[in-house]
Amino acid sequence: MLSVIRERWRQGHRTIAYPAGDLPVLPDRYRGLPCVDGAKCPSECRACADVCPTDALRFDAGVRIDMGRCLFCTDCTSACPEGAIAFTREFRTAARTRDALVTDGAAFPLARAVDAKSRRLFGRSLQLRQVSAGGCNACEADINVLATPVFDLGRFGIKVVASPRHADGIIVTGPVTANMRLALEKTYAAIPDPKCVIAVGACAISGGPFAGHDEQHGGCEGILPVDLHIPGCPPHPLTILDGILRWLGRIESSGAPTIDRDSNHSCGTLSTDTHAISTPYRP
Amino acid sequence: MTVITDCVKTFNSKPVRQADVPVVRFDDFRDALASTLASRDGELLALFGVPRGPQTVRVYGVTLEGMTGAIGLMATDVGERYPALTRDVSQAHWFEREIAEQWGVVPENHPWLKPIRFHRSYSSGRDAWNRVVGGAILPCVMPEGTDYFKIRGDEIHEVAVGPVHAGVIEPGHFRFQCHGEHVFTLEIEFGYQHRGIERRLIGGPDKRTLPLMETLAGDTSIGHATAYCQLIEGLGRVVAPLRAQAIRAAALELERLANHTGDLGALAGDVGYLPTLSYCGRIRGDFLNATALVCGNRFGRGLVRPGGVGFDIDEPMAAELRGRVEAAHRDVTGAANLLWSTSSVMARFEGTGTVPLATIRALGVTGTAGRASGHDRDARRDTPSGYHRYAQIPVSTWHTGDVFARAYVRHLEIQRSCEYLIENAPQLPAGDVRRDIGPLMVDAIGVSLIEGWRGPVCHVAMTGAEGTFSHYKVVDPSFRNWIGLAMALRDQPISDFPLCNKSFNLSYCGHDL
Ligand code: SF4
Ligand code: SF4
Repeated sequence: MLSVIRERWRQGHRTIAYPAGDLPVLPDRYRGLPCVDGAKCPSECRACADVCPTDALRFDAGVRIDMGRCLFCTDCTSACPEGAIAFTREFRTAARTRDALVTDGAAFPLARAVDAKSRRLFGRSLQLRQVSAGGCNACEADINVLATPVFDLGRFGIKVVASPRHADGIIVTGPVTANMRLALEKTYAAIPDPKCVIAVGACAISGGPFAGHDEQHGGCEGILPVDLHIPGCPPHPLTILDGILRWLGRIESSGAPTIDRDSNHSCGTLSTDTHAISTPYRP
Repeated sequence: MTVITDCVKTFNSKPVRQADVPVVRFDDFRDALASTLASRDGELLALFGVPRGPQTVRVYGVTLEGMTGAIGLMATDVGERYPALTRDVSQAHWFEREIAEQWGVVPENHPWLKPIRFHRSYSSGRDAWNRVVGGAILPCVMPEGTDYFKIRGDEIHEVAVGPVHAGVIEPGHFRFQCHGEHVFTLEIEFGYQHRGIERRLIGGPDKRTLPLMETLAGDTSIGHATAYCQLIEGLGRVVAPLRAQAIRAAALELERLANHTGDLGALAGDVGYLPTLSYCGRIRGDFLNATALVCGNRFGRGLVRPGGVGFDIDEPMAAELRGRVEAAHRDVTGAANLLWSTSSVMARFEGTGTVPLATIRALGVTGTAGRASGHDRDARRDTPSGYHRYAQIPVSTWHTGDVFARAYVRHLEIQRSCEYLIENAPQLPAGDVRRDIGPLMVDAIGVSLIEGWRGPVCHVAMTGAEGTFSHYKVVDPSFRNWIGLAMALRDQPISDFPLCNKSFNLSYCGHDL
C-alpha cells in the first residue's frame, strides 16, 4: 500500500492546463496548418501536385491545400522549387464545413460554435460513440488518449460511451470501408435524435490514403451529415480536443490565427489569439 | 526426406531473381515445407498465390530457418483445386484461406475453409465457395456450405460480439460457444477493415506507396515503413546511410515502447487496477511525443523514407531524447512494478489464457505472444538488418504462456528498449541520412523482415520487367497471431476475454489490409 502511495506521489500531476493558460507548444517539427504563398508560384508549376499522394492541392483560387485530404507528409514542401509551401505549428485546424478545410492558411477561421439550441443540448454534457470504419488505429489511439489524465476529457463533461443508445453523437474514423458501411449506418441510426457527427482524420473526411480504392467510400460524405471535421493523419489529440471544445462553444475564439507574411518565409510565426475558456452556457 | 535443398536460400532484404526460385511438383513442395518447418525449427513467413494465366496460380512458400536465419523461397503451380497443405503444414491454415479467397482456388480438405476478409475473388469468374458472380458479399456472413463453429447441446449458448465494440477500437467479429461462463471455443472473423491495400500496391512504387505502408497498421507505422524501405533499397541495390539506419532502429524501439506501455496500462485497467492504467496512459504519450520530437508526428509518419530517413537528429535533440527516455523509463518501470507486487492483479494475470509452446509452434504464432510462451525468436537477433547488425538488443522470453507472461515480456522488452535508446541515441554514426535509390531490379523477388512491437513484420515484393511491383505481400504479425487468441480462450471463463484480448492486442487493419 505504501509503495502505491509513494508511486502516486512520484508520478505527479500531469493534466495539461489547456484550454486555460498559454497555448501548448508542439514540437518544432510538428506539421499543422499549412501556409502557402501562391504569389511565389510560377504559373503552370505543378511540382507540388505531382508528388502529393492524395491530390490535396487546389489551384482554383491561388494555391491552396485541402486539409481534408492532406496527410501532412510534406512531400509538397520538398518538391516546391520556390519554397512556397510550409506547415506551421498551428494545431487548431478543425472546421465546421468541408469547404473551410481548403486553405492557404492565411484566413483560416477557427471552428465556430454550434447554434444556441445545440449548445444548450450538448454544451455541458456530450456523450459520444466511436466507430472505426477502416481506420488504421492511429486516429483511434489519439482519440483514446483524450481519456488519459493528460487531456482528461471528462473534466469538460465529454465522454466516449459504449452504446449508441447512450450517445448524443458519433465520432467516425476511417474511410468507411464497404464492409463497415452497414454497421456504421446502423450505429448512427441507433443514436437518439438530435445527434451530431464528428469526422476525425483524413480518412473519415475524404478517404485519406485509401481514397479512390473500390473497397471504401471515401469517408463519411454522402453517408452521414458531418457537423465537425478534424483534419490530420492522425490529428494531434489537441486538435481533436480544441475542435470539439470550440464547436461546443466552450472556447471563445477571437477570429482566425493570423500568419505574419512580412519576412521572406515566416510561416512559422503565428499570433496566438486569446482563447480563455468561457463559462459554461446556461440556458 | 532431403528435398529441403529445393528452395533457394536468401537473407533479409536480399532479393533474388524470380527465375532462381524453384518451381517444384506439388508433392515436393508440400514435403519440403513440412520438413523445413519440422526439422529446422522453421516458420512459415508467408504463403501466397500469384496468378499465372487464367487457370493457374503459382503458390509461393517463404520459410524462415530458426537456426540460421536463412529465408527459403520455393513455388508450385496449382489449378482450380489442390490438396490442402494445412493437413501436413498446420502453419498454413490461415494463409490457405487467404489464397482461396483471393484467387478462387480450393484447397481441398482444408479443415476450416472460410473467407477471411469478405471481398470478391480477384480471378474473374472463379470463387472458392461458388458465390454468384457480382452478388453482394456481406462481411462475416458465411457462404453457403460453411458456417461458424458450433457446439450443440441443451445448455450450450452462443455469444456474438462485434463488429462495433464497446470501446474505441477497430471492428471485428467474435463468436463464443459457451456453457454458462465457460468458453469451449472462440472463433474470430475479420474483413471490416479491408481497404484493398495489396491490390493498390501493384504497379508501384509510386507516391501513394509510402503512405499506405505507414497506415496499413497505423500503430506499426515505423515497422511497416522500415520493412518496405529496406526491401526496395535491396531491390534498388542501395544501402541506407548508417546514420539513417540508426535513426530507424531508434524509432522502432520508441514505437515498441509506446505500444508496450499502452498495453501494460490497458491490462491493468482490465483488472480494475487504476494507478498503472493512469500512469501508463500518460507515459505512452511521452514515448509518442519523443517520436514527434524527431519527426513531428506521434506515430512516426514521414520519418522512415526510401533511401534513409526524412529527419536527422542533431546533438541537442539526441540529448533531449535520451533525457526523455530516461525519465519515461523510470516512470514506466515504477508503474509496471506496481502490477507485479499487487496480489489481486497477479491473481488475475497468472494462469489466465495459457497457450502452450507446442500450440504456438504448430499454428505459427509469433512475436511477443510467442516469446511469452518460450518461443525464443526475434528478428532483430535472428535475421538482423539495418542497424541491428551492429547494435544488439537482448531477446526477452518467459515460459508460462499466460496473460502474466505476455505482460511480463512486454515489461522486459521495455527495459531492454530503454537501455538501448539511452546508450545509442547520443552516439549516432556520422554522415548523411538519405540516399537516392536507382531503378529496381527487374523480375526479382525479395523478402523483408522487421521485428515490430507485435512481432515480425514480413513484406515480400516481386518486380516485373519494368522494375515495378508485379506483386506485393504484407504479413503483419497479427495475421498469424489472431488464432493464438482463439486458443487462449479455450476453457476460459468468458469474462476473461477482454483481458486475454488485451494481452495479445492484435491489429484488425493489419490483418485486413
Ligand atoms: S503534405 Fe499534404 S498537400 Fe503536401 S504532399 Fe503531403 S498530402 Fe499532399
Ligand atoms: S486519417 Fe490517417 S491516421 Fe487516421 S485512420 Fe486514416 S490513415 Fe489512420
